[in-house]
Amino acid sequence: MPLSWLLLILFALAVLGYVMGRSRALASAGGDSRGLHSLPSYYGYNVALTVLTPALGLLALWLIAQPVFVDGRVSTLLPDTAITEGSSRSLVMSDVRRVAEGFDLLVQEGRATGAEIRDMRAETTNVRDRLAEVGIALGSNVNPSVLSAAQRYRDLSTTASRAMWVVVLLVAIGGFAVSYMLTDKDFRARNTVERGILLVLICAASIAILTTLGIVLSMLFETRNFFAAYPWQEFFFGTNWAPDFRGNSDLAILPLLWGTLYISFIALLFAVPIGLFAAIYLSEYASQRVRSVAKPTIEVLAGIPTIVYGLFALITIGPMLRDYFAQPLGLGDSSSSVMTAGLVMGIMLIPFVSSLSDDIINAVPQAMRDGSYGLGATKSETIRQVIIPAALPGIVGAVLLAASRAIGETMIVVLGAGAAAAQFQRGLGEIVNPFEAMTTVTVKIVSQLTGDTDFASPETQVAFALGLTLFVITLGLNVLALWIVRRYREQYE
Amino acid sequence: MTDASIGEATPACPRKSSLFELDARTRKRNAAEARFKIYGMIAVGIAVLMLVFLLTSIVRNGASAFMQTFITLDVTLEESKLDKTGNRDPEEMAKVSTFGYAPLIKAAMEQAIAKNGIEIEGLSKPDSLISKEAAAQMRNFVLANPDVVGETRTFEFVAASRIDGYYKDRVTMESAERDSNVSPEQLLLADALKEAGVLETRFNLKFITWPDASENRPEVSGLGVAILGSLYMMIVVLVLALPIGVAASIYLEEFAPKNRFTDLIEVNISNLAAVPSIVFGILGLAIFINFAGLPQSAPIVGGLVLTLMTLPTIIIATRASLKAVPPSIREAALGVGASKMQTVFHHVLPLAMPGILTGTIIGLAQALGETAPLLLIGMVAFVREYPAGIPDGFFDPASALPVQVYNWTQRADPAFVERASGAIIVLLLFLFAMNAIAIILRRRFERRW
Repeated sequence: MPLSWLLLILFALAVLGYVMGRSRALASAGGDSRGLHSLPSYYGYNVALTVLTPALGLLALWLIAQPVFVDGRVSTLLPDTAITEGSSRSLVMSDVRRVAEGFDLLVQEGRATGAEIRDMRAETTNVRDRLAEVGIALGSNVNPSVLSAAQRYRDLSTTASRAMWVVVLLVAIGGFAVSYMLTDKDFRARNTVERGILLVLICAASIAILTTLGIVLSMLFETRNFFAAYPWQEFFFGTNWAPDFRGNSDLAILPLLWGTLYISFIALLFAVPIGLFAAIYLSEYASQRVRSVAKPTIEVLAGIPTIVYGLFALITIGPMLRDYFAQPLGLGDSSSSVMTAGLVMGIMLIPFVSSLSDDIINAVPQAMRDGSYGLGATKSETIRQVIIPAALPGIVGAVLLAASRAIGETMIVVLGAGAAAAQFQRGLGEIVNPFEAMTTVTVKIVSQLTGDTDFASPETQVAFALGLTLFVITLGLNVLALWIVRRYREQYE
Repeated sequence: MTDASIGEATPACPRKSSLFELDARTRKRNAAEARFKIYGMIAVGIAVLMLVFLLTSIVRNGASAFMQTFITLDVTLEESKLDKTGNRDPEEMAKVSTFGYAPLIKAAMEQAIAKNGIEIEGLSKPDSLISKEAAAQMRNFVLANPDVVGETRTFEFVAASRIDGYYKDRVTMESAERDSNVSPEQLLLADALKEAGVLETRFNLKFITWPDASENRPEVSGLGVAILGSLYMMIVVLVLALPIGVAASIYLEEFAPKNRFTDLIEVNISNLAAVPSIVFGILGLAIFINFAGLPQSAPIVGGLVLTLMTLPTIIIATRASLKAVPPSIREAALGVGASKMQTVFHHVLPLAMPGILTGTIIGLAQALGETAPLLLIGMVAFVREYPAGIPDGFFDPASALPVQVYNWTQRADPAFVERASGAIIVLLLFLFAMNAIAIILRRRFERRW
């Protein structure tokens, strides 16, 4: 039976619990709700929540654990002989899962019975043809060990699912019984329910920690695998990026990091002056009317998805730079280049720099401005000599935040920067040419992880090491930026 | 003292400095002041100009995706070709593949040329003006209505991409000479057919509902599947991120004691808000697909990843609007005997709701445009089928609006650039609508105390 039925039964039990709990409480007070400790509905909620929360939690845990457990059990059953040359255990296991899935479909559509499938032999039945009936296409015929593993897989999954039904329902009914028994006019139902709700709220808040933990652990785990297959000195200090899915590849991060930093540098070179001057103009010079139009307009730039910027780089800025700058100057003839990606990313970063700087400039106390004007300084002198120095830490923080965004940006560089890594051995001229195509860390994460990849090869796992490096760099920048901004704010509070 | 007296005094006795004549130093300072102000104006101007440039470039490239060239032909559905047995049994007729339909289209095309008296020297393969999808379109129609076999029916076919491009200035006579897919003669034929009213370029909204098409049929590719996929993901994000985000904010804002644990949560939330989106993609790939075994390319995985990404946005917005509810409301509720929980759920939360919804919509808009994490969880797959109904649709392979844009940019045919820009227009319209709703919500319901 499908899972939705189980959920439906649980919810029906909860509703029943609400009604019964409420009426039992009222009955215990002789039908007069004034005799109860809490409002009658709290007694109902108490029963309903005691039915639902543990049962749903258990269900979620079970659903996560079951495939892992079944996979592990079946995987140990696979003899080493079943793993052919050029294949791996995980590939064979995915075959096993497909076959088992096909069996499930066969039974579901009434084309075979459970007993029939258990007695299937690779020698007598053509399993491939049977599975093709339900739309599961297999590359080759199923060998006996895979077949028996698939049968075992199906058996185990069915047993586990049945056990799940029984256990979850038992927990729900148990919760029902216990809370129903506890229901009495003196039972502190509201306090219990509120404690339960608070627990749910805490769990929701903890998801932020779990997410960070998930990010770090998942990348650490795969990075460890990567460094087991590829020396870390080569990764961090090598100078050549040349992945080769047949093996024997050079996977050094330096050329990618160079591309990332170079593009981010150009983006900041464009965005910081414009953003800063825009912020100064809007907060110090502009009239209320201009400000109320220009500020939201600039902030629209922040709301535009990065894929839009990417396409803009690909079809407009890239060809434009190539035709009007790179080719006439003889600097290259590729439309995707460091300059293209940097410029477009700069446009994207303008609102970051401007709105953060705007906040910070506005936070500078008015008394400092007044003092400066009183001494006879002009507006621009006040800004340059009083406001900017006072706001400098905050502005540095804003620039660092913008830099962290630039480094982590993906779609603009995927579409605008090109796929070739910087070639250090070709000399300095080549790698500082801003009209040369250059790739970044994020581009390579995308290209190593998309498509049909084998997760056991270092060429794929390197993406996790790249991701971890990226995560550490951006995290460092963010923490530093937030620290600077916070320290600065405290000065004037 | 009058003005006249000073005016007389000046020429007589020239003073070192005057309030009415600026000295060199003041002039310099004022010029610096004006320059500085102009720099500011230029900066704002560049920012606004870039926005305008970006939007016009996208619209100019993409608006033509909503135009399409059609060719109307009378096709004789010959029984001898489509239904040899003659019993109109759809199962029998399904044996005739699209290759069986192509000659009929070819004949109809030649007939149309003859009827309109068009003669073009060196014209070859006139039927390649019509999209290769036409045969499939006709076959589906015939299989759905077996009784039409034997009759002559009027069909409206999509023109091939090069012909379509000819009327959108993408293909010219010169480029056609170098192109193996189209010849100048065929373009002349297209012109002649247009004259005769057989061929027509007009507004076409089907671009929004059609599914994606293969590499060499850009003329029939559309956004239908991608929009549905995005919709499914947004449902997942809304259902998960709103309750979790609100619950987390309520805890942090109203109940959390100041201790190590809550500090840890706060630091995590502010850092997650700044983690590059692609890292969330790696998380989704490693945890949801490799570890938990959820299917690749499925909206449920995309939705989960985007949920984790939007949570910080929603939490930050919700906390701000909870904070904006004045403490007097809480104190009044507590004063008449409500418990802390009742105060929050009965009084504070309803008052904060407009702000929460605004934040949620903005978070959803952010999630809708996000591409990078979806690439990693396999949503780049080529998907042609519309997703199934609600429960199964979450687990079937799907595409998403921004990923579809990326997908089209990776294809060789330049016609896909137009399609990608068209898709961006649709995406931006969605975002615009969502943000407009958020602003209206805020204007209408937000209370200021």
